[in-house]
Amino acid sequence: MRFRDHVVVGDILQLATRYRDEGADELVFYDITASPDGRTVDRSWISRIARILDIPFCVAGGIRSVSDAEEVLGEGAEKVSINSPALADPELISRLSARFGAQCVVVGIDSQTVDGEYQVYQFTGDPTRTRNTARKTLDWVREVQERGAGEIVLNCMASDGVRKGYDIAQLAAVRAQCRVPLIASGGAGAKEHFASVFNEARVDGALAASVFHTGALPIPDLKSYLRESAIEVRP
Amino acid sequence: MQLVIIDSGGANIASLRYAIDRLGVASELTTDPNKVRAASHVILPGVGAAADCMGRLEKIPGLVDTIRKLRQPMLGICVGMQLLFESSEEGEVPCLGLLPGRVRRFADRDDLPVPHMGWNQLEFDATSPLLRDIQPGDHVYFVHSYSAPVGPLTLATATYGEQFSALVQSGNVFGAQFHPERSARIGSLLLRNFLQLQPTH
Repeated sequence: MRFRDHVVVGDILQLATRYRDEGADELVFYDITASPDGRTVDRSWISRIARILDIPFCVAGGIRSVSDAEEVLGEGAEKVSINSPALADPELISRLSARFGAQCVVVGIDSQTVDGEYQVYQFTGDPTRTRNTARKTLDWVREVQERGAGEIVLNCMASDGVRKGYDIAQLAAVRAQCRVPLIASGGAGAKEHFASVFNEARVDGALAASVFHTGALPIPDLKSYLRESAIEVRP
Repeated sequence: MQLVIIDSGGANIASLRYAIDRLGVASELTTDPNKVRAASHVILPGVGAAADCMGRLEKIPGLVDTIRKLRQPMLGICVGMQLLFESSEEGEVPCLGLLPGRVRRFADRDDLPVPHMGWNQLEFDATSPLLRDIQPGDHVYFVHSYSAPVGPLTLATATYGEQFSALVQSGNVFGAQFHPERSARIGSLLLRNFLQLQPTH
Protein backbone atom coordinates (compact mmCIF):
# COMPACT_ATOMS: atom_id res chain seq x y z
CA MET A 1 0.00 0.00 0.00
CA ARG A 2 1.49 3.32 -0.97
CA PHE A 3 0.27 6.64 0.28
CA ARG A 4 1.29 9.22 -2.17
CA ASP A 5 0.10 12.75 -2.04
CA HIS A 6 -0.55 13.49 -5.66
CA VAL A 7 -4.18 13.51 -4.73
CA VAL A 8 -5.73 14.24 -1.39
CA VAL A 9 -6.53 10.85 0.00
CA GLY A 10 -8.33 11.89 3.12
CA ASP A 11 -7.21 11.87 6.69
CA ILE A 12 -4.17 9.68 6.94
CA LEU A 13 -5.07 8.14 10.28
CA GLN A 14 -8.50 7.22 9.06
CA LEU A 15 -7.05 5.60 5.96
CA ALA A 16 -4.44 3.73 7.96
CA THR A 17 -7.17 2.39 10.23
CA ARG A 18 -9.26 1.34 7.24
CA TYR A 19 -6.39 -0.56 5.63
CA ARG A 20 -5.42 -2.17 8.93
CA ASP A 21 -8.97 -3.43 9.36
CA GLU A 22 -9.23 -4.59 5.76
CA GLY A 23 -6.16 -6.80 6.15
CA ALA A 24 -3.32 -4.90 4.47
CA ASP A 25 -0.05 -6.65 5.36
CA GLU A 26 2.13 -3.56 5.39
CA LEU A 27 1.74 0.15 4.73
CA VAL A 28 4.17 2.56 3.10
CA PHE A 29 3.78 6.25 3.81
CA TYR A 30 5.31 8.08 0.95
CA ASP A 31 5.99 11.77 0.84
CA ILE A 32 7.05 11.82 -2.74
CA THR A 33 7.66 15.57 -2.82
CA ALA A 34 10.11 15.51 0.08
CA SER A 35 13.29 14.92 -1.89
CA PRO A 36 12.82 17.26 -4.84
CA ASP A 37 11.91 20.17 -2.55
CA GLY A 38 14.99 19.66 -0.43
CA ARG A 39 12.76 19.55 2.60
CA THR A 40 12.08 16.77 5.05
CA VAL A 41 8.82 15.20 6.07
CA ASP A 42 6.94 16.51 9.06
CA ARG A 43 7.37 13.56 11.41
CA SER A 44 4.84 14.28 14.13
CA TRP A 45 2.29 12.03 12.42
CA ILE A 46 4.50 8.92 12.57
CA SER A 47 3.96 8.18 16.23
CA ARG A 48 0.23 8.80 15.84
CA ILE A 49 0.20 6.17 13.09
CA ALA A 50 2.37 3.82 15.16
CA ARG A 51 -0.10 3.97 18.04
CA ILE A 52 -2.98 2.68 15.95
CA LEU A 53 -1.26 0.30 13.53
CA ASP A 54 -0.56 -3.28 14.57
CA ILE A 55 1.07 -4.15 11.25
CA PRO A 56 4.46 -3.05 9.96
CA PHE A 57 4.85 0.24 8.19
CA CYS A 58 7.57 2.00 6.29
CA VAL A 59 8.22 5.71 5.86
CA ALA A 60 9.67 7.05 2.63
CA GLY A 61 10.69 10.53 1.62
CA GLY A 62 13.22 13.04 2.82
CA ILE A 63 15.44 10.63 4.75
CA ARG A 64 18.98 11.81 4.02
CA SER A 65 20.96 10.88 7.10
CA VAL A 66 21.33 8.41 9.93
CA SER A 67 19.74 10.95 12.27
CA ASP A 68 16.71 11.38 9.97
CA ALA A 69 16.25 7.60 10.02
CA GLU A 70 16.79 7.43 13.77
CA GLU A 71 13.95 9.89 14.26
CA VAL A 72 11.58 8.01 11.94
CA LEU A 73 12.34 4.61 13.48
CA GLY A 74 12.20 6.05 16.99
CA GLU A 75 8.67 7.30 16.31
CA GLY A 76 7.64 3.70 15.63
CA ALA A 77 8.16 2.97 11.92
CA GLU A 78 9.66 -0.46 11.12
CA LYS A 79 11.58 0.61 8.06
CA VAL A 80 12.79 3.62 6.18
CA SER A 81 12.79 3.74 2.41
CA ILE A 82 15.31 5.85 0.55
CA ASN A 83 15.42 6.62 -3.14
CA SER A 84 16.83 9.93 -4.47
CA PRO A 85 19.16 10.45 -1.45
CA ALA A 86 20.64 6.98 -2.04
CA LEU A 87 21.42 7.93 -5.64
CA ALA A 88 23.05 11.17 -4.51
CA ASP A 89 25.02 9.43 -1.76
CA PRO A 90 25.13 5.62 -2.13
CA GLU A 91 27.22 5.42 1.05
CA LEU A 92 24.04 6.42 2.95
CA ILE A 93 22.72 2.88 2.40
CA SER A 94 25.80 1.41 4.08
CA ARG A 95 25.60 3.81 7.01
CA LEU A 96 21.92 3.11 7.63
CA SER A 97 22.45 -0.62 7.32
CA ALA A 98 25.38 -0.62 9.73
CA ARG A 99 23.47 1.42 12.27
CA PHE A 100 20.00 -0.16 12.14
CA GLY A 101 20.48 -3.48 10.34
CA ALA A 102 19.61 -4.33 6.74
CA GLN A 103 16.02 -5.20 7.70
CA CYS A 104 15.27 -1.51 8.35
CA VAL A 105 16.67 -0.27 5.07
CA VAL A 106 14.49 -0.29 1.98
CA VAL A 107 15.82 1.14 -1.26
CA GLY A 108 13.23 2.40 -3.71
CA ILE A 109 14.20 2.38 -7.36
CA ASP A 110 12.33 4.18 -10.14
CA SER A 111 13.17 2.58 -13.43
CA GLN A 112 12.11 2.42 -17.05
CA THR A 113 13.38 1.25 -20.41
CA VAL A 114 15.72 3.60 -22.27
CA ASP A 115 17.48 2.51 -25.46
CA GLY A 116 16.67 -1.13 -24.80
CA GLU A 117 17.91 -1.29 -21.22
CA TYR A 118 16.48 -0.48 -17.83
CA GLN A 119 17.69 2.81 -16.37
CA VAL A 120 17.26 4.50 -13.00
CA TYR A 121 15.50 7.83 -12.54
CA GLN A 122 15.84 10.34 -9.75
CA PHE A 123 13.48 12.94 -8.25
CA THR A 124 10.44 11.30 -9.79
CA GLY A 125 8.19 13.10 -7.30
CA ASP A 126 8.53 16.33 -9.26
CA PRO A 127 8.00 16.07 -13.02
CA THR A 128 10.05 19.24 -13.62
CA ARG A 129 13.09 17.79 -11.85
CA THR A 130 12.83 14.10 -12.75
CA ARG A 131 16.04 13.04 -14.41
CA ASN A 132 17.62 9.97 -15.89
CA THR A 133 20.66 9.11 -13.80
CA ALA A 134 22.16 7.03 -16.64
CA ARG A 135 22.65 4.26 -14.09
CA LYS A 136 21.66 0.83 -15.32
CA THR A 137 18.92 -0.54 -13.09
CA LEU A 138 20.43 -4.02 -12.81
CA ASP A 139 23.80 -2.56 -11.75
CA TRP A 140 22.12 -0.36 -9.15
CA VAL A 141 20.13 -3.34 -7.84
CA ARG A 142 23.41 -5.22 -7.29
CA GLU A 143 25.12 -2.22 -5.71
CA VAL A 144 22.39 -1.42 -3.20
CA GLN A 145 22.42 -5.03 -2.00
CA GLU A 146 26.21 -4.95 -1.61
CA ARG A 147 25.80 -1.78 0.43
CA GLY A 148 23.32 -3.42 2.78
CA ALA A 149 19.80 -2.78 1.51
CA GLY A 150 17.42 -5.27 3.12
CA GLU A 151 14.59 -4.82 0.64
CA ILE A 152 14.09 -3.31 -2.79
CA VAL A 153 10.92 -1.67 -4.05
CA LEU A 154 11.07 -1.50 -7.82
CA ASN A 155 8.72 1.08 -9.25
CA CYS A 156 8.30 0.55 -12.97
CA MET A 157 7.60 4.07 -14.13
CA ALA A 158 5.97 3.28 -17.46
CA SER A 159 3.32 1.18 -15.72
CA ASP A 160 2.86 3.48 -12.74
CA GLY A 161 -0.57 5.07 -12.51
CA VAL A 162 -1.79 3.34 -15.66
CA ARG A 163 -3.41 0.39 -13.88
CA LYS A 164 -2.72 -2.00 -16.74
CA GLY A 165 -0.63 -4.45 -14.76
CA TYR A 166 2.85 -4.68 -13.28
CA ASP A 167 5.89 -4.72 -15.59
CA ILE A 168 6.46 -8.46 -15.29
CA ALA A 169 9.46 -8.57 -17.65
CA GLN A 170 11.36 -5.87 -15.79
CA LEU A 171 10.49 -7.27 -12.36
CA ALA A 172 11.59 -10.76 -13.42
CA ALA A 173 14.89 -9.35 -14.70
CA VAL A 174 15.48 -7.60 -11.37
CA ARG A 175 14.34 -10.67 -9.42
CA ALA A 176 17.15 -12.64 -11.07
CA GLN A 177 19.68 -10.19 -9.58
CA CYS A 178 17.98 -9.70 -6.26
CA ARG A 179 18.70 -11.79 -3.16
CA VAL A 180 16.77 -9.57 -0.76
CA PRO A 181 12.97 -9.24 -0.68
CA LEU A 182 11.67 -7.57 -3.84
CA ILE A 183 8.45 -5.57 -3.85
CA ALA A 184 6.68 -4.79 -7.12
CA SER A 185 5.30 -1.32 -7.62
CA GLY A 186 3.50 0.45 -10.44
CA GLY A 187 0.62 -0.74 -12.55
CA ALA A 188 -1.79 -2.60 -10.30
CA GLY A 189 -5.33 -2.17 -11.58
CA ALA A 190 -7.05 -5.53 -11.13
CA LYS A 191 -6.77 -8.60 -8.95
CA GLU A 192 -5.33 -10.65 -11.81
CA HIS A 193 -2.34 -8.29 -11.93
CA PHE A 194 -1.40 -9.34 -8.40
CA ALA A 195 -1.62 -13.04 -9.22
CA SER A 196 0.60 -12.58 -12.30
CA VAL A 197 3.25 -10.61 -10.51
CA PHE A 198 3.54 -13.22 -7.75
CA ASN A 199 3.47 -16.19 -10.12
CA GLU A 200 5.50 -14.84 -13.02
CA ALA A 201 7.97 -12.39 -11.46
CA ARG A 202 8.29 -14.27 -8.13
CA VAL A 203 8.21 -11.04 -6.13
CA ASP A 204 7.87 -11.13 -2.35
CA GLY A 205 5.25 -8.42 -2.18
CA ALA A 206 3.10 -6.23 -4.35
CA LEU A 207 2.52 -2.57 -3.62
CA ALA A 208 -0.39 -0.55 -4.89
CA ALA A 209 -2.00 2.78 -4.15
CA SER A 210 -4.77 4.18 -6.29
CA VAL A 211 -6.52 0.87 -6.86
CA PHE A 212 -7.00 0.64 -3.09
CA HIS A 213 -7.52 4.33 -2.35
CA THR A 214 -10.39 4.59 -4.81
CA GLY A 215 -12.00 1.46 -3.47
CA ALA A 216 -11.83 -0.11 -6.94
CA LEU A 217 -10.31 -3.26 -5.43
CA PRO A 218 -11.19 -4.04 -1.81
CA ILE A 219 -8.33 -5.82 -0.02
CA PRO A 220 -10.50 -8.66 1.34
CA ASP A 221 -11.69 -9.43 -2.23
CA LEU A 222 -8.11 -9.39 -3.49
CA LYS A 223 -6.97 -11.71 -0.72
CA SER A 224 -9.71 -14.27 -1.26
CA TYR A 225 -8.97 -14.23 -4.99
CA LEU A 226 -5.26 -14.83 -4.34
CA ARG A 227 -6.07 -17.63 -1.91
CA GLU A 228 -8.26 -19.30 -4.55
CA SER A 229 -5.34 -18.91 -6.97
CA ALA A 230 -3.18 -20.94 -4.54
CA ILE A 231 -1.04 -17.96 -3.51
CA GLU A 232 -0.36 -17.95 0.22
CA VAL A 233 -1.77 -14.86 1.89
CA ARG A 234 -2.47 -13.89 5.46
CA PRO A 235 -6.22 -14.09 6.16
CA MET B 1 1.05 -6.06 37.30
CA GLN B 2 4.29 -4.20 36.89
CA LEU B 3 5.63 -4.57 33.38
CA VAL B 4 9.14 -3.47 32.64
CA ILE B 5 10.56 -3.22 29.14
CA ILE B 6 14.33 -3.32 29.16
CA ASP B 7 15.67 -0.43 27.11
CA SER B 8 18.02 -2.34 24.85
CA GLY B 9 18.22 0.58 22.44
CA GLY B 10 16.49 -1.17 19.55
CA ALA B 11 14.32 0.56 17.02
CA ASN B 12 11.19 -1.49 17.79
CA ILE B 13 10.73 -0.23 21.33
CA ALA B 14 8.23 2.49 20.40
CA SER B 15 5.99 0.08 18.52
CA LEU B 16 6.21 -2.45 21.35
CA ARG B 17 5.13 0.15 23.90
CA TYR B 18 2.19 1.17 21.71
CA ALA B 19 1.13 -2.47 21.40
CA ILE B 20 1.20 -2.81 25.19
CA ASP B 21 -0.77 0.45 25.50
CA ARG B 22 -3.42 -0.98 23.19
CA LEU B 23 -3.86 -3.81 25.71
CA GLY B 24 -4.49 -1.20 28.37
CA VAL B 25 -1.38 -2.15 30.32
CA ALA B 26 1.12 0.36 31.67
CA SER B 27 4.79 -0.30 31.03
CA GLU B 28 8.04 1.24 32.14
CA LEU B 29 11.07 1.46 29.90
CA THR B 30 14.24 1.16 31.93
CA THR B 31 17.76 -0.19 32.30
CA ASP B 32 17.72 0.10 36.08
CA PRO B 33 18.47 -3.36 37.57
CA ASN B 34 16.42 -2.58 40.67
CA LYS B 35 13.33 -1.79 38.62
CA VAL B 36 13.87 -4.88 36.48
CA ARG B 37 14.17 -7.02 39.61
CA ALA B 38 10.98 -5.52 41.09
CA ALA B 39 8.85 -6.08 37.97
CA SER B 40 6.16 -8.74 37.74
CA HIS B 41 6.81 -9.24 34.00
CA VAL B 42 9.85 -8.32 31.94
CA ILE B 43 10.17 -7.88 28.18
CA LEU B 44 13.56 -7.81 26.50
CA PRO B 45 13.14 -6.36 23.01
CA GLY B 46 15.92 -6.24 20.52
CA VAL B 47 16.60 -5.07 16.99
CA GLY B 48 19.90 -4.77 15.20
CA ALA B 49 23.01 -6.83 15.70
CA ALA B 50 23.19 -9.25 18.65
CA ALA B 51 26.68 -8.06 19.59
CA ASP B 52 25.59 -4.40 19.72
CA CYS B 53 22.51 -5.26 21.71
CA MET B 54 24.48 -7.41 24.18
CA GLY B 55 27.07 -4.65 24.42
CA ARG B 56 24.43 -2.10 25.39
CA LEU B 57 23.12 -4.37 28.17
CA GLU B 58 26.64 -5.02 29.46
CA LYS B 59 27.34 -1.30 29.76
CA ILE B 60 24.82 -1.02 32.60
CA PRO B 61 26.42 -2.28 35.82
CA GLY B 62 24.50 -5.24 37.25
CA LEU B 63 21.91 -5.45 34.47
CA VAL B 64 23.08 -8.66 32.77
CA ASP B 65 23.45 -10.40 36.11
CA THR B 66 19.96 -9.25 37.12
CA ILE B 67 18.43 -10.56 33.89
CA ARG B 68 20.14 -13.91 34.36
CA LYS B 69 18.65 -14.32 37.84
CA LEU B 70 15.06 -13.25 37.10
CA ARG B 71 12.35 -15.62 38.33
CA GLN B 72 9.36 -13.69 36.97
CA PRO B 73 8.02 -14.24 33.43
CA MET B 74 10.42 -12.76 30.89
CA LEU B 75 9.84 -12.50 27.14
CA GLY B 76 12.67 -11.89 24.70
CA ILE B 77 11.54 -10.56 21.32
CA CYS B 78 13.48 -11.01 18.06
CA VAL B 79 17.15 -10.29 18.88
CA GLY B 80 15.97 -10.17 22.50
CA MET B 81 15.05 -13.85 22.12
CA GLN B 82 18.36 -14.62 20.45
CA LEU B 83 20.22 -13.07 23.38
CA LEU B 84 18.59 -15.64 25.71
CA PHE B 85 20.78 -18.36 24.16
CA GLU B 86 24.40 -19.17 24.94
CA SER B 87 25.86 -17.51 21.89
CA SER B 88 25.13 -16.09 18.48
CA GLU B 89 26.96 -16.54 15.23
CA GLU B 90 26.28 -12.84 14.63
CA GLY B 91 29.49 -11.19 15.78
CA GLU B 92 30.51 -14.44 17.54
CA VAL B 93 29.19 -13.01 20.76
CA PRO B 94 28.48 -14.79 24.06
CA CYS B 95 24.90 -14.06 25.13
CA LEU B 96 22.86 -14.44 28.32
CA GLY B 97 23.00 -18.23 28.39
CA LEU B 98 19.52 -18.70 29.87
CA LEU B 99 18.72 -21.20 27.14
CA PRO B 100 21.14 -23.80 25.76
CA GLY B 101 22.25 -23.53 22.16
CA ARG B 102 23.55 -21.22 19.55
CA VAL B 103 21.79 -18.83 17.22
CA ARG B 104 22.79 -19.31 13.57
CA ARG B 105 22.54 -17.34 10.35
CA PHE B 106 20.12 -18.56 7.69
CA ALA B 107 21.97 -20.40 4.96
CA ASP B 108 22.41 -18.28 1.84
CA ARG B 109 20.12 -19.62 -0.84
CA ASP B 110 19.31 -18.27 -4.26
CA ASP B 111 15.59 -18.85 -3.86
CA LEU B 112 15.15 -17.37 -0.37
CA PRO B 113 16.19 -13.82 0.37
CA VAL B 114 17.80 -13.08 3.74
CA PRO B 115 16.63 -11.34 5.96
CA HIS B 116 13.50 -13.43 6.32
CA MET B 117 11.08 -10.55 6.31
CA GLY B 118 7.33 -10.78 6.25
CA TRP B 119 4.34 -12.77 7.42
CA ASN B 120 4.83 -16.47 8.05
CA GLN B 121 2.88 -19.23 9.73
CA LEU B 122 3.33 -20.64 13.22
CA GLU B 123 3.49 -24.42 13.43
CA PHE B 124 2.97 -26.18 16.74
CA ASP B 125 1.23 -29.01 18.50
CA ALA B 126 2.26 -27.99 22.00
CA THR B 127 -0.18 -26.54 24.45
CA SER B 128 1.08 -23.59 26.40
CA PRO B 129 -0.60 -20.71 28.19
CA LEU B 130 1.40 -18.51 25.81
CA LEU B 131 -0.45 -19.99 22.83
CA ARG B 132 -3.96 -19.63 24.20
CA ASP B 133 -6.46 -18.73 21.40
CA ILE B 134 -3.67 -18.99 18.81
CA GLN B 135 -4.03 -21.69 16.13
CA PRO B 136 -1.38 -23.55 14.14
CA GLY B 137 -1.19 -21.82 10.75
CA ASP B 138 -1.77 -18.34 12.17
CA HIS B 139 0.42 -15.67 10.56
CA VAL B 140 2.90 -13.52 12.44
CA TYR B 141 5.45 -10.96 11.26
CA PHE B 142 9.13 -11.88 11.11
CA VAL B 143 12.21 -9.78 10.41
CA HIS B 144 15.50 -11.59 11.00
CA SER B 145 18.64 -13.06 9.45
CA TYR B 146 19.55 -15.31 12.41
CA SER B 147 17.46 -17.92 14.18
CA ALA B 148 17.54 -20.52 16.93
CA PRO B 149 17.44 -24.18 15.92
CA VAL B 150 14.48 -26.36 16.86
CA GLY B 151 15.05 -28.18 20.15
CA PRO B 152 13.35 -29.48 23.28
CA LEU B 153 12.52 -25.92 24.39
CA THR B 154 10.74 -25.05 21.15
CA LEU B 155 7.02 -24.25 21.60
CA ALA B 156 6.32 -23.30 17.98
CA THR B 157 8.28 -23.35 14.78
CA ALA B 158 8.15 -21.56 11.46
CA THR B 159 9.73 -22.60 8.20
CA TYR B 160 11.86 -20.50 5.92
CA GLY B 161 13.89 -22.92 3.86
CA GLU B 162 14.61 -24.63 7.15
CA GLN B 163 12.54 -25.04 10.28
CA PHE B 164 13.52 -22.77 13.15
CA SER B 165 12.22 -21.84 16.61
CA ALA B 166 9.51 -19.19 16.47
CA LEU B 167 8.65 -19.49 20.18
CA VAL B 168 10.70 -21.04 22.97
CA GLN B 169 10.27 -21.53 26.68
CA SER B 170 12.33 -22.72 29.59
CA GLY B 171 10.58 -22.17 32.91
CA ASN B 172 9.95 -18.45 33.31
CA VAL B 173 11.97 -17.55 30.23
CA PHE B 174 10.10 -17.12 26.91
CA GLY B 175 11.29 -16.01 23.52
CA ALA B 176 9.48 -14.94 20.35
CA GLN B 177 11.48 -14.68 17.14
CA PHE B 178 8.68 -12.75 15.43
CA HIS B 179 7.41 -9.27 16.32
CA PRO B 180 4.16 -9.59 18.29
CA GLU B 181 3.90 -5.80 18.33
CA ARG B 182 3.50 -5.83 14.55
CA SER B 183 1.66 -9.13 14.15
CA ALA B 184 -1.89 -7.78 14.19
CA ARG B 185 -4.45 -9.80 16.18
CA ILE B 186 -2.23 -12.86 16.74
CA GLY B 187 0.61 -10.75 18.11
CA SER B 188 -1.74 -8.97 20.43
CA LEU B 189 -3.00 -12.35 21.73
CA LEU B 190 0.55 -13.46 22.40
CA LEU B 191 1.35 -10.33 24.38
CA ARG B 192 -1.91 -10.66 26.30
CA ASN B 193 -1.14 -14.31 27.10
CA PHE B 194 2.34 -13.40 28.31
CA LEU B 195 1.03 -10.63 30.55
CA GLN B 196 -1.51 -13.06 32.05
CA LEU B 197 1.19 -15.50 33.17
CA GLN B 198 1.36 -15.69 36.92
CA PRO B 199 4.46 -14.07 38.36
CA THR B 200 6.52 -16.50 40.40
CA HIS B 201 8.84 -14.49 42.59
